[in-house]
Amino acid sequence: MLNIKSLKELQKTTYNDLVKTLSDNSNIGIKEDGSFYLKGDYYEKQTRIALRNCGIIRPHFIEDSIATKAYIALANLLENNIPPTKVVDDIIESGLRGRGGAGFSTGKKWAEALKHDDTQKYVVCNADEGDPGAFMDRSILEQDPHSVLEGMAICGYAIGATKGYIYVRAEYPIAVQNLEIAIKQAKEKGLLGENILGTDFTFDIELRLGAGAFVCGEATALIESIEGHRGMPRNKIYRTAHKGLFQKPTVLNNVETLANVHMIMLNGVDWFKSIGTEKSTGTKVFSVVGKVREAGLVEVPMGTPLSYIIYDISGGIKDDKALKAVQTGGPSGGCIPANLMDTTTVDFESLERIGSIMGSGGMVVMDEDDCMVDIARFFMDFTVEESCGKCTPCRIGNQRILEILNRITKGDGTMEDIRTLKDLSNVIIETSLCGLGKAAPNPVVSTLHYFENEYIEHIQNKRCPAGVCKNLLTYVVMDNCIGCGICKLNCPVNCIDGERKEKHFIHIDKCIKCGTCFDKCPKNAITMK
Amino acid sequence: MCNIKGGIDFSGLQQIIDKSDKKESSLIMILHETQNLYGYIPREAQGYIAQQLSIPASKVYGVVSFYSYFVDKPKGKYQVSVCMGTACYVKGAEDVLKRLEEELGIAFGETTEDLKFSIAQTRCLGDCSKAPVIMINDETYGMVTPDEVPLILNKYKEA
Amino acid sequence: MISITINNKPIMVEEGTTILEAAKKLNILIPTLCHLNLHDINVNSETASCRVCMVENTKNGKLIPACATRVWEGLDVRTDTLKVIRTRRIMIELLLSDHPKDCLVCAKSGHCELQNLANENNIRSVRFNGKQHNCKIDDTSLSLVRDMNKCILCKRCETMCNDIQTVGVLTDVGRGFDTVVGTAFDHPMHETVCTFCGQCVSVCPTGALTEVDNTSQVWNALDSEKTVIVQVAPAVRVALGEEFGMEAGSIITGKMVSALKALGFDYVFDTNFAADVTVMEEASEFIDRFKNGGTLPILTSCCPSWIKFVEHNFGDLVDIPSSCKSPHEMFGALAKTYFAEKIGKNPKDIIVVSVMPCVAKKYESARPELSNQQIGTSDVDIVISTRELARMISEATLDFTSLPDSEFDRFMGQSTGAAAIFGATGGVAEASLRTAYDLITGESLQDVNFTPLRGFENIKEATVNINGTNINIAVASGLGNARKLLEMVRNGEKEYHLIEIMACPGGCIDGGGQPYIRGDIDILNKRMNAIYQIDSDKKIRKAHENPELQQLYKEFLGEPYYGQKAHDLLHTHFHARKKYDEA
Repeated sequence: MLNIKSLKELQKTTYNDLVKTLSDNSNIGIKEDGSFYLKGDYYEKQTRIALRNCGIIRPHFIEDSIATKAYIALANLLENNIPPTKVVDDIIESGLRGRGGAGFSTGKKWAEALKHDDTQKYVVCNADEGDPGAFMDRSILEQDPHSVLEGMAICGYAIGATKGYIYVRAEYPIAVQNLEIAIKQAKEKGLLGENILGTDFTFDIELRLGAGAFVCGEATALIESIEGHRGMPRNKIYRTAHKGLFQKPTVLNNVETLANVHMIMLNGVDWFKSIGTEKSTGTKVFSVVGKVREAGLVEVPMGTPLSYIIYDISGGIKDDKALKAVQTGGPSGGCIPANLMDTTTVDFESLERIGSIMGSGGMVVMDEDDCMVDIARFFMDFTVEESCGKCTPCRIGNQRILEILNRITKGDGTMEDIRTLKDLSNVIIETSLCGLGKAAPNPVVSTLHYFENEYIEHIQNKRCPAGVCKNLLTYVVMDNCIGCGICKLNCPVNCIDGERKEKHFIHIDKCIKCGTCFDKCPKNAITMK
Repeated sequence: MCNIKGGIDFSGLQQIIDKSDKKESSLIMILHETQNLYGYIPREAQGYIAQQLSIPASKVYGVVSFYSYFVDKPKGKYQVSVCMGTACYVKGAEDVLKRLEEELGIAFGETTEDLKFSIAQTRCLGDCSKAPVIMINDETYGMVTPDEVPLILNKYKEA
Repeated sequence: MISITINNKPIMVEEGTTILEAAKKLNILIPTLCHLNLHDINVNSETASCRVCMVENTKNGKLIPACATRVWEGLDVRTDTLKVIRTRRIMIELLLSDHPKDCLVCAKSGHCELQNLANENNIRSVRFNGKQHNCKIDDTSLSLVRDMNKCILCKRCETMCNDIQTVGVLTDVGRGFDTVVGTAFDHPMHETVCTFCGQCVSVCPTGALTEVDNTSQVWNALDSEKTVIVQVAPAVRVALGEEFGMEAGSIITGKMVSALKALGFDYVFDTNFAADVTVMEEASEFIDRFKNGGTLPILTSCCPSWIKFVEHNFGDLVDIPSSCKSPHEMFGALAKTYFAEKIGKNPKDIIVVSVMPCVAKKYESARPELSNQQIGTSDVDIVISTRELARMISEATLDFTSLPDSEFDRFMGQSTGAAAIFGATGGVAEASLRTAYDLITGESLQDVNFTPLRGFENIKEATVNINGTNINIAVASGLGNARKLLEMVRNGEKEYHLIEIMACPGGCIDGGGQPYIRGDIDILNKRMNAIYQIDSDKKIRKAHENPELQQLYKEFLGEPYYGQKAHDLLHTHFHARKKYDEA
């Protein structure tokens, strides 16, 4: 069991060990201040704070974490008997905002939980990362679990909680395993549990596994789930910081937020504020995926232009195609068209202004081959599947939106549908009970805003400009047809005609667009238009 | 002690429950372990858990039906999950799924008659840089093309 | 106090008041659907899920649910803006887009809150269409029909079943659009631990939950050669008038008897008569147990839902309820023996119809124990609810309000004030005390009013001194309260001699077969007042003083409780049932 003094000594020895261990690793360098970094343009153009240890330390060795000063921030608080109010004030002053979506001031949450006196309070880490195309939290949980544990312990110290829960997706088995190991090791070392570091501060952490419900990323649904219920959002009468888990004051922070806490405590509020913008301080991790050359996690200061992330860091668009849009914020976010890449910066205010959101940091890059109606449909399909079904607008409204989008992508849409989509989206946004429902139509609203012509093209000309919506494609035989007759033989509806050794043709009115002819043609003489 | 009902042996489940605090708040963790034990959550087990935790069976059933991770029918020995996250979707996950369905002769959500394979769609697995991704039990396969599907399956068919 | 403004009208309200409650004080109507607040009986379903009651916050233009939003200082809302109106319209249209359009033949037609809402909001077409629920209708039980295609997921039934009644049969199953209110493992109701209290039916705003309609069986009986006898429970006569536009709490006993005669029943009798018999039997049993060291407390057994609840949840205690059959079952048993002899009819040629405020009585009448083996028929043949009787009266085009008053028929039609109060929570206990006192002391109790046993309070307690002995009484209505009470008894925390329990909050006046009160608690208060009015208007207020009852015992039954006939005809037994639903 460690005490404050022995932890600090251990930090020094383990640091030297880690330097030795990493000295063979040509991908890792040491900065002037002694911290480690990943070499290469891709990483060096980033500002890695939450991801500081990812790819560097070995997550199963608590010594590696201690070497990089894990639990030192907590030890400093305990050593100097820093009053909880001071910790809360520092977090408020740092401007740290929730990295999970809404961007609410982390310090204000803590302050409210501190204010409500109760025998039991809770710290809950929201590790139910569910946005499709996003894996920021997974990386931190898997590769640097102690940064989250320490963040939670500091929060517990600040608000007077002795118990923490991490609600983590069951779909992340490695994260679960690494967290279990990390908690066990931290307890063995006296960094968690009773009398932490020999002081009278007690804080314990338990894991709770999610079970495949995106809506449990919503605070009150997550709380319901920890309590053993169906994860349905509560009708909020009280803030969770007042009455949350088991009706006790509860702070609920996301993984990335908690991973920042240690750095703020250690490096100071001013240091943190010097990064990012005035209202959005610090960095944000994005999961940049889709049609970029180098997909992966990118951590940059708030306020970085989108174009810097996509072109300078991620290497631009694959196969030299044209960028069409970037979708941020997952199913709750919006699509940002290519022409706004230079002027849009990644911070809460800027993204909201153009109809998207920061969300948890999902960033899907789309090129000319992506159909915006289909993308909207994809996200609606997701939300409909994940709606808890509690309130009318989300349960039925989003289903109706999906049905309209399905009709449009099949060529059965009407111009009236566009009007209905807009009306319905607005009502759903304004009336849904929880954040999931309120944000569900965002992909529709933003694609309608920036790409309405694509919708109209689908509706009026029955054409999918990106060539994605299969029902709207027509198969055409080209001049290099040798008249072998294989397509004719295989067509399930006999809609291909042609004499042997002469160019065949497809009766478009009978074609069911199954694509068999396209697949079977030995000369690639059939094309889609 | 023999603890069998409806063809289900409850001894393992009893151990799971005994080491929990038997509170309602442990329900979801108990269900996870139950699924690990049986491969699915038999309805008989749901009723058993309800009794042991002193909560209505409807409550347990309602919870199981809410979470897509929980299944109350047996799954195949090899659970093939096709990631349907955004990145995988735009990179052709649907074609991979279609090929899987053809190769195994079952639709997603179904299990082959020999109880060897079942196919599930899953939400983002968080391996987006390797899209499209499929997972067979704990093994992940990245950048899968439809033509690679039979090769991957063969490994398990022979096993 | 907090000052707020609604539609430019200022008002001061207490902290914790909802916008909906504040608006009500200003006579501003805000339509609601999922909301249900019956504070007097502690029922509050505040899911805020239907989103029909959204109002506009003028400060930021945001919409907030009036039913579930507590006011704050300076709040300024409007309930009448175009945005509010259009939003509400879309919400109703969305609900209707997943709702069958067979309103004309729906059992809730005319009583449906969704139908009314659509009507009041001028919905004449629905712009959305698409997927709809396609659930199998569960009509397997004898009491309830569940048609989840008509469910709007307001979850009032779940609140009732889980939070108030603690029966725990209903749950949300599945999620998202496909969510339905279902049961464990989707079992039909008759296979579950449902007690058929029918409170889910009482609060359901649409036709998703209704009673099993037995009216055609009654018409067929009336059309047959058989002698058809009808009996009416105490709580029916203070509620039936509501179905014909009369003021809640109107006592319409005389009109009701006229209506039943006009419908063609051969004899119109009163369950109240049998309630007096129940008092005799139960009081005698109580005295027996009390004097001879039998099991105490004794629990009343009038309520079939409560009995089924005990059988499921307190299997170890099934020997403590009184062995008395419920009053209408006693009536049926006597009608097919005592009265059959009087009119010289073969009991097999007699059909007994019960009009009850209850849907559990439908299930109860089919319990095998409640039949006469010798005769080979059930004590009671058909049970209809207050609502079903109203529908029959309306079908027969009787102008109910202008019907003259008639009297119940002789031999089983006379009753006392003691029987009348069976209809409200606490009434059975009070009635039993009035008789027990006289039987124990041999004196005549002067003040028959035991007021501490009256009212809607969850659990009521009183101690009555009889002959120097303190008798501890407890009364609970609502099965959740019953559970609490029984657990205290089982744990030895409390010791009672007599416990009365009614499954429905407030007693039979709020039974699952009564006219829908739709969240108006005043209606229940008025029904309760009417019950006690009937009692105080009666010259005879003690069951054992009922002349027809005295004649029954003298000519036919012999000794109460101990007599063989009383034992065979009026008493029954209960058995433990499964506590949990199983796969």
